[in-house]
Amino acid sequence: MTSAPARGGGRRPLFGVLGGLGGLLLLFLLLPVVGLVSTSSLGDVRAGLAHPLVAPALRLSLFTTTLSVALVVVLGTPLAWLVARSEGRLARFVESAIKLPVVLPPAVAGLGLLLAFGREGFLGRLLAAQGIGVPFTSAAVVLAQLFVSAPFFVEAAISAFRRLDPNLLVIARTLGAGPLTVLFRIALPLAAPGLASGAALSWARALGEFGATLMFAGSLAGRTQTLPLAIYAALETDLRAARALSLVLVVIAFVLLVAVRSARSSASEQREPA
Amino acid sequence: MRRRSVLAIALALAAATLGCRSDPPRKGPPPRRDVTIFAAASLREAFTELSHTFEHAHPQAHVVLSFAGSQSLRAQIEQGAPADVFASADEKHMAALEKAQRVRAPRVFVNNDLVLVVPLSKARTLRTLADLPKAERIVLGSPEVPAGNYAAQMLERARRGLGADFRARVEAQVVSREPDVRQVLAKVALGEADAGIVYRTDALTATDRVAVVNIPIEYNVVARYPIAVTVRTQVPDLAQAFTDLVTSAEGAHVLKQHGFTPVGEKAASP
Repeated sequence: MTSAPARGGGRRPLFGVLGGLGGLLLLFLLLPVVGLVSTSSLGDVRAGLAHPLVAPALRLSLFTTTLSVALVVVLGTPLAWLVARSEGRLARFVESAIKLPVVLPPAVAGLGLLLAFGREGFLGRLLAAQGIGVPFTSAAVVLAQLFVSAPFFVEAAISAFRRLDPNLLVIARTLGAGPLTVLFRIALPLAAPGLASGAALSWARALGEFGATLMFAGSLAGRTQTLPLAIYAALETDLRAARALSLVLVVIAFVLLVAVRSARSSASEQREPA
Repeated sequence: MRRRSVLAIALALAAATLGCRSDPPRKGPPPRRDVTIFAAASLREAFTELSHTFEHAHPQAHVVLSFAGSQSLRAQIEQGAPADVFASADEKHMAALEKAQRVRAPRVFVNNDLVLVVPLSKARTLRTLADLPKAERIVLGSPEVPAGNYAAQMLERARRGLGADFRARVEAQVVSREPDVRQVLAKVALGEADAGIVYRTDALTATDRVAVVNIPIEYNVVARYPIAVTVRTQVPDLAQAFTDLVTSAEGAHVLKQHGFTPVGEKAASP
């Protein structure tokens, strides 16, 4: 706590301390990935990928997450647009409420979904009367993913819409464009990189979803056993398959992250000339 | 992913660090000594009760209990977790540890048999094992979990009397294979599944929500629970004393109250 520290003098030790602290966290975050990669050989991965659990789980995960991300985008974009365009108290409330699934423990989310869509649930009872049962189906997997991953997209979309220059939208209206034209021809193209990065994050979250799925959809190979559930099942018999599956997930997640980054940087490039 | 195993490893690490702390020599009452018991999830209620009995008889001892699926506990012990006693729900996991010289001289102390559980609302339509294919949604343990493995054996045996296609008819109705037996019970207790196959002892913890259907003895598979002291224990006397309590007549009495069949009481499977 010296008063008036010298300009350059205090900087170096401070940088060292900050770098040390930050580096420690970075190291910790990367260690599990290093552990996964360093302990498996290419042969392991090949043998692991041949495990009977792997192919159905991979197929199911890709299918369900594609569906859930499509739903998130189709339903989440209008919601984000409305929230971003309005200043009211309701919009504020919606904005907070949408974050709820992020802070709920996945097991709680799964139990909640079961109690809503299950046979004894308020919605499930109506569906059961129509002969529709949701729990333990691939539809339940998609719903669980939708629940946990939607907030990531909606939040990203809201902030992408808020970053748009409001003048552009007003000018478009004065030139005779209708509100839908403004949304589809101006807002969506300009916000597209932000939306894409939100969708990628939301996809990654859906891909990793475990707790809510297990609770709500159960675990049956080919129907509800997604990659994370298959990893968990494989762990108990075949560590090699578990590691191979984990590596597949790491690679997919990494590719998604890179996609998010490049979407972000192309967004900032676009904004530069403005 | 693997949330439970990660937590278990963290706990094991924490326990290991605590265990390494060397207490300074003191005068006065002898220092408290921890004895750590790793036990199959289905033993939770019985072993908790036995731990109180044990601490009463050994005032300087403190029993630390860790319950999980036998396969997880086995993996933890293989990774060096500080267990003094291991009680497994099947002999396979114990045999693997014995072969790896992690435990010494396991003894089967108790048996557990499988039962069908159905929600109370279905108790009138699903009354015997033969009714099982009528259940719309059946939940079993996954094949890696002892309970799932035993259920598969039982269904296979039942083909003898209930028709060659019995197992296939049951499996056509299976909607989930859960990673531990209590999850099977939970889904039946919630009314989401119409039937599940669990241990009798698990079923007895939820009789307010599920009805228990006995499985004919000629098809039933008996789970044999072995117990052993670990090779690396730091408190061999306490570990042996706890094992002795579990295998004693007093231990058998407590286990029986919780639905287990003490060894030798009813003819176990050959």
